[in-house]
Amino acid sequence: MSQMPKWADLVLIPLISLIVAALLSALVILGIGEDPVAAVKMMVTGALGSTYAWGYTLYYATNFIFTGLAVAVAFHARLFNIGGEGQATLGGLGVALVCLALPWPHWALALPVAALGAALFGAAWAAIPAWLQARRGSHIVITTIMFNFIAASLLNYLLVNVLRPTGSMDPSTARFADGTHLPTLHDLLAPLGIAFSKAVPANISFLLALAACVAVWMLIWRSRLGYEIRALGHSEPAAIYAGIRPVRTVMWAMLISGALAGLMAVNTVMGEAERLVLNSVEGAGFIGIAVALMGRNHPAGVFLAAILFGFLYQGGAELALWTDIPRELIVVIQALVILFTGALDNMVRMPLERLFLSLRKGRA
Amino acid sequence: MAADAGTGTSSAPAIELRCISKAFGPVRANRDISLVVRRGTIHGIVGENGAGKSTLMSILYGFYKADAGEILIGGRPVQIGDSQDAIRAGIGMVFQHFKLVEPFTVLENVILGTEDGALLKPSLAKARGTLRQLAADYELEVDPDARIEDLGVGMRQRVEILKALYRQADILILDEPTGVLTPAEADHLFRILENLKSQGKTIILITHKLREIMAATDTVSVMRRGEMTATLRTADTSPAELAELMVGRKVLLRIDKSPARPGRRVLEIEKLCVTDAQGIARLSDVSLSVRAGEILGIAGVAGNGQSHLLEVLGGMRPATGHVRIDGKELDLSGPGCDGRSRRAAGIAHVPEDRQREGLIMPFHAWEDSVFGYHSDPALQSAPGLMDNARIRSRAGDQMARFDVRPPNPDLAAQSFSGGNQQKLVLAREIERNPDLLLVGQPTRGVDIGAIEFIHRRILELRDAGKAVLLVSVELDEILGLSDRIAVMCGGRIMGERLASDTDETELGLMMAGMKGKAA
Repeated sequence: MSQMPKWADLVLIPLISLIVAALLSALVILGIGEDPVAAVKMMVTGALGSTYAWGYTLYYATNFIFTGLAVAVAFHARLFNIGGEGQATLGGLGVALVCLALPWPHWALALPVAALGAALFGAAWAAIPAWLQARRGSHIVITTIMFNFIAASLLNYLLVNVLRPTGSMDPSTARFADGTHLPTLHDLLAPLGIAFSKAVPANISFLLALAACVAVWMLIWRSRLGYEIRALGHSEPAAIYAGIRPVRTVMWAMLISGALAGLMAVNTVMGEAERLVLNSVEGAGFIGIAVALMGRNHPAGVFLAAILFGFLYQGGAELALWTDIPRELIVVIQALVILFTGALDNMVRMPLERLFLSLRKGRA
Repeated sequence: MAADAGTGTSSAPAIELRCISKAFGPVRANRDISLVVRRGTIHGIVGENGAGKSTLMSILYGFYKADAGEILIGGRPVQIGDSQDAIRAGIGMVFQHFKLVEPFTVLENVILGTEDGALLKPSLAKARGTLRQLAADYELEVDPDARIEDLGVGMRQRVEILKALYRQADILILDEPTGVLTPAEADHLFRILENLKSQGKTIILITHKLREIMAATDTVSVMRRGEMTATLRTADTSPAELAELMVGRKVLLRIDKSPARPGRRVLEIEKLCVTDAQGIARLSDVSLSVRAGEILGIAGVAGNGQSHLLEVLGGMRPATGHVRIDGKELDLSGPGCDGRSRRAAGIAHVPEDRQREGLIMPFHAWEDSVFGYHSDPALQSAPGLMDNARIRSRAGDQMARFDVRPPNPDLAAQSFSGGNQQKLVLAREIERNPDLLLVGQPTRGVDIGAIEFIHRRILELRDAGKAVLLVSVELDEILGLSDRIAVMCGGRIMGERLASDTDETELGLMMAGMKGKAA
């Protein structure tokens, strides 16, 4: 069916969509009486202009890679996991429990166990909606959304009533021991002779996110389970014909999805805050949906889209800090990007397809 | 805008197409098609899938706009921009897949889109009168107050015809109208068409069944690869000539086969029952057996339990009763009831709907070449990891052996034609060398050339001493391919016959629910 070369499909269309979204954003900025060129300059320097800026951009991107991968894996089984927010919240709980449980002597010991805790808790939070979907047909979009609220309330209760150190006024856990302190990008790059800003939160979790990209790629396109997930996603009757068990496959896809979302907490809770606070996820679960959408549910695409959204997030924060452009406007820009790369994909695609068609005809 | 075509001179042809061309991208679906359909005749159009029949009719009905060419209705040139224009020009269309609102009554469906005002009552009353008149004129009795969902397919089709006539169609186009009908229902349909013809209506009949063309039409046009290759008087031609014109070479219409040499009982089915989620019995006490080296054909009108039988045997649906393969009992409802354990028991399954079940359409052909067998340890490079390189190279060889065109394993399954998709499925299932092959509708939507190939492969498997269970709604195929035939109606076996010992009339009666004499 496709009349276009692959590069146009994968690169050109998202690029044009982005440019259109940027132009519209510029109009909005003009509309509130600010200078769009200056704003873009500030965003670029603020998010990419220094190792300090990169440190934040990559920190946010790490979150979005995890949540984006979570949405992507579920989507291959045609499950729309909107519950990344709640699964990441529970992942945070897993990380915190692991970090507080033992006086960890070294981060290298703490990291794998904390990651396991994050993944297990995230997966467990996804398991209930997954089971309800697979067994009872309760729509996963509805149940995962509801589970986001339950997760927030649960964490609220636990932080206030259970995990808060006695005497503290702050609904958060105690600070983790120093042994759980994860190396930052500064620590990691210094031995290689690369100077990286010291004061930024980007940490070794970024590498974990990259590894997750590779692992998801292996899972989806190389493994038997991935084959079954994709087959089920495309056609349930066909999956049943082939002896693939829908309930089991749905469960696996959602457990892996929830685990990936949970892993995000390694970055935020262990890598940055070093304690568990309320709302440490900050909407990254939802941005993951946009990231997966823009990245076409492919790990490489998710990676690139996550960097883009990290840029928007960090650049937007800088804008809000140094100009009169309100932070809400950044949300508008993000929304425009999502709208054009996701929802209005066909608006760019169709004329472009026609263009390629007429080019081909002209040659023939 | 549509010109009023109702007043053309009676000597002018009902439809004249002049040099119609239509391209979709690089595909030229219709090339310089010219066609004259005389008033008051039944005009057949035959051609393989993808020959351009549907495109041509869609142009005539306003779904597509032709790139070039002219349409004349009753001698006057018309522009048909949408289906409203087509209806105004007196063209009615009966689609292969009915376009009826199921919970509505016949009457409500008939007036749908032609209501006179905001209130329904006057339109309904008017339609009731018109419907009574039409029923009397054309033998088209349908209860106007029956709900569509309560009607059988034959009746639904009549409603579609009534809809067209209610809109004062002078020209009726029927697209593959007999695909879902019993032979008796099909005969009735042809009587109705005769009747319509005698009252001056013009009918265009699109079908791939040459027998129907020979029986029902006055004139027949053959399409091949987007071109109109011939228009002949039906009386002057023969099925063999038409088939040759369609395919472009000589085709063997009859299936040549040696007598079967049945051996041991491979499949034994005893008292198989299936009740669906609505509590309706879909299979009742079905008992059958298939021997090695024979083909058992299951004849029946679509929806009489054959699909359920295949699904039970393929492990896709639980059931009660007993099924044994070489004496070993299959698990019909427990944890061992899935496609994987059936394959392990030596059953291969070519499902009825290859696009919905047999293939994952967006998958590469090589990925689909192991679908259902993907857990085979021989296909894993490490536990849980697929050996994609090996699967890919095997797929390429397999496609070459089964003459899949193009033999490129990297193409998506959906980019192959229907016949080649079927060959992909058949290759996968037959090359596993099963003890029992289940085949559902092996040649539905498959070109004549590929039909021959597919039939030969199924017969080869039989001659290699394997058991084959064939389900098909094409009686010709059942009669030609099977050694024994069991007829199903309403989820029951109506009787069994030796293929050499029965004919279409007898099977047709049994398909309609008449118990055959004991076999």
